[in-house]
Amino acid sequence: MLNVHSFESLGTYDGPGIRLVVFLQGCNFKCLYCANPDTIECKGGTPTSAEEIVSMAKNQQPFFGKKGGLTFSGGEPLLQAKELIPVLKALKAEGFHICVDTNGSVLNDFVKEALEYIDIVLLDIKQMNDERHRALVGQGNDKTLKLAQYLNEINKPVWLRYVLVPDYSDDPQDLQQLGDHFGGFENIEKLEIQPYHHLGAHKYDHLGWKYQLEGVPSNTAEQLDAAYKLFKQYFKEVIIN
Amino acid sequence: MSKIKDMFRDGLWNNEVNVRNFVQMNITPYEGDSTFLCGPTERTQKLWELCKEAIKEETENNGVRAIDTETVSTIAAFDAGYIDKDLELIVGLQTDQLLKRAMKPYGGIAVVEKACKEQGLEVSDRVKDIFRNYAKTHNDGVFDVYTEEIRKFRSLGFLTGLPDNYARGRIIGDYRRLALYGIDRLIEAKKEDLRGLLGPMTDDKIRLREEVAEQIKALAQMKDLGAKYGLDLSRPAESAQEAVQWVYMAYLAAVKEQDGAAMSLGNVSSFLDIYMEYDLQKGIITEERAQEFVDQFVMKLRMVRHLRMNAYNEIFAGDPTWVTEAIGGRLMDGRHKITKTSFRFLQTLYNLGPSPEPNMTVLWSNTLPENFKNYCAQVSIDTSSIQYENDDLMQSTRQSDDYGIACCVSFQEIGKHIQFFGARTNLAKTLLLAINGGRCEMSGKQMIEGIPALTSDELNFDEVMANYKIAMKEVARVYNESMNIIHYMHDKYYYEKAQMAFVDTNPRINLAYGIAGLSIVADSLSAIKHAKVKVVRNDEGLSTDFKIDGEFPCYGNDDDRVDNLAVEVSGYFNSILSQLGVYKNAEPTMSILTITSNVVYGLKTGATPDGRAHGVPFAPGANPMHGRDKNGAIASLNSVAKLDYKNALDGISNTFSIVPKSLGADEDVRRENLVTMMDAYFSKEAHHLNVNVLNRELLEDAMENPGEYPQLTIRVSGYAVNFVKLTREQQLEVISRSFFDRM
Repeated sequence: MLNVHSFESLGTYDGPGIRLVVFLQGCNFKCLYCANPDTIECKGGTPTSAEEIVSMAKNQQPFFGKKGGLTFSGGEPLLQAKELIPVLKALKAEGFHICVDTNGSVLNDFVKEALEYIDIVLLDIKQMNDERHRALVGQGNDKTLKLAQYLNEINKPVWLRYVLVPDYSDDPQDLQQLGDHFGGFENIEKLEIQPYHHLGAHKYDHLGWKYQLEGVPSNTAEQLDAAYKLFKQYFKEVIIN
Repeated sequence: MSKIKDMFRDGLWNNEVNVRNFVQMNITPYEGDSTFLCGPTERTQKLWELCKEAIKEETENNGVRAIDTETVSTIAAFDAGYIDKDLELIVGLQTDQLLKRAMKPYGGIAVVEKACKEQGLEVSDRVKDIFRNYAKTHNDGVFDVYTEEIRKFRSLGFLTGLPDNYARGRIIGDYRRLALYGIDRLIEAKKEDLRGLLGPMTDDKIRLREEVAEQIKALAQMKDLGAKYGLDLSRPAESAQEAVQWVYMAYLAAVKEQDGAAMSLGNVSSFLDIYMEYDLQKGIITEERAQEFVDQFVMKLRMVRHLRMNAYNEIFAGDPTWVTEAIGGRLMDGRHKITKTSFRFLQTLYNLGPSPEPNMTVLWSNTLPENFKNYCAQVSIDTSSIQYENDDLMQSTRQSDDYGIACCVSFQEIGKHIQFFGARTNLAKTLLLAINGGRCEMSGKQMIEGIPALTSDELNFDEVMANYKIAMKEVARVYNESMNIIHYMHDKYYYEKAQMAFVDTNPRINLAYGIAGLSIVADSLSAIKHAKVKVVRNDEGLSTDFKIDGEFPCYGNDDDRVDNLAVEVSGYFNSILSQLGVYKNAEPTMSILTITSNVVYGLKTGATPDGRAHGVPFAPGANPMHGRDKNGAIASLNSVAKLDYKNALDGISNTFSIVPKSLGADEDVRRENLVTMMDAYFSKEAHHLNVNVLNRELLEDAMENPGEYPQLTIRVSGYAVNFVKLTREQQLEVISRSFFDRM
């Protein structure tokens, strides 16, 4: 059984086309800007069977059109890699297109097997600078880079995703470092810049947590444009989500 | 006829009144994109400025620019009126002045007097004298005959919006006939019909002979109407400009004679395209001119007004006229009906800006050209002014490819078939009868007999359901009786002779019943079934509140446990209605549609077992209740798609509001996703979708600064309104609806 936080049946940002996004409960990162802080705790959530998810996907199949499908997000979906495998198998048997949106911090045999059924990995790079990565999410980025390396080795299509937080992850040097590191990866199809927003802030109050990025403004159009231009030197497709 | 014969391909249409055949023989389906379209001409812009000024005056003057209190409106009662004669390519107004409203007292003189009084005006003594002392009205007839029981169901809010003091509307004349045949030929055909209507002289036969005779008189009056504008309507139209003009004159005659709640235009665009194509091919007109005809025609349709009481606004908010034009769809022979003029009609939403009228309705088929689908999606994203209906579903179920949409969602084969408007009944309030021993939960009045008292205040599903079925049966009986009376009297005192002159003699008829509150019923039954629901009662033993213990699935989340309850209840009520005999042997059909009456229904319905408090507005149409659809837009659409069109042949309305960003990050993706969504929704045999693409903040700002948003248009339940014309309660209700947003 998967431990599911919630569903979004009209996912238009997490992979190609219209997607059923399955948010799994539980994350090993604690990003300061997390927009879904209620998915962080591993407790809670609703145990959901492969049959339930396959049946939802089938109900929605016409909406997926030619490109869409399912995306497992979270939380950190690969924390549940073992439980994911039978779900992915069942979905693949029905021909669904599958994405996983991951922070890349988990790489074990279950993850490797799960990846066989996944069409595109949406890989969130929080920061290339290890120290700043720690400040932002509570741990280093070594594991994420390792998974990225593995995905490159198995030639798995990857969309990089990068949240541009003013003062935390928008230093041109850090962006350049990211470009230098990943620019040559043939399996990376595109990079998505995700503008920083505080839409999740109210959820922190609800959880009784402090929202630590209080006062950090949204990106200006200039900031987004600068990041876009910089990344464009390295990646064939860059989009601002 | 000779000139027409040379212009177009022959067919059955030459020898009989058969517009469908003319369209089939001569249509030029268009596969291309929208790049051929033209913007507005200077002349159009000037004319539209004058209209906008008049609309501004109207808004500032309590919603009414002027009323003629002397003239009883008939087809040719008024002298010619113009916006600016030199600028007008398509002429004709309802009265002699732009936006001046006319009295149509045959629906009911009291209503006309009240509507005038609310504007500080008095109906002329002569007209009062005639209608109080000599002429009987529809309203008089109905109230002479209404039973005490019907009056009770009506005043307590079980039946709402009954067309008993205004015209029933919904009938669509085949206005194309005037252009294709001219009046002389149409009169000849009707005379031929009349000659064939022979004995035995039963009630039915006598009535029909009288109706046809009235239609012939109406056609003769239309000739006079044309003459006032210097038009010879006795002959067929011979050019694109004339075709548009003739069709408009036919429609104008209808809205001069009647003030029906909804008076649709039909499906004229691809018919007109045939004339446009001819003139374009011959070099008689340019694309710019073709667009100008359409812009000016649409402008005229936007200027249609009826005289209404303020109270009317509670049910039909925003002064709607439902000039519904059905665009697109397919022919039975497999070709589609998208023409360049389909594009031109939608283009008016750019050339003149967004608008609720005419009510642009795209008949969607998954196999329509991608170029057209993309253009529709773009127009929806930019203007929120289009609704969509499932052509594949309607064509296969109703076996017709020449139909329009009456009002919001109702199928009507053009010229062959009409409908009797049935307003709607409140199924949520009916559910409370089941819980209160047949008494109205608010007044305590005994409405129906035979409902056993509940054995426990903790509701038992089977017990409630058994009582509910009894209640539905009784309410259906009263509802049916009221309908038979209303339509009998409407025919007798306010017969639609102008519209019926453009319909086959003795057409098929359906009685369009309606229901409101389906999502509340489904959620209430789900709560009773899946959680524990306890009734809180007052001293009189009437339910005032419900205590819910536990979780229950809500309609709108693609969950069969509750969606099936919605399917079951709508199917059951429809089956009850279909067993009751109807005036003129009309076929009973049912819609799941509320217009904007969902707000007033909320006020008239006590607390319900789903946890909804007394007074809270219903969700519109077949929509899930606001905020209860937790799994996003597709799951919500999937729930509605489960409702069976065969059990609601008059239509299933779903209003969908989405924040632009939720459709995708950029314009191309948004358009593509919207097209995919509609293809998918309709492939699931869903019937109708209103599409709003806008931000909640925009609406909030429009509430505060209405002057800055005179043309802000939103789709509500089956039609569109100017947002700023809604009452504050209605605006708040729209804003409280689910806006599917990221996050």
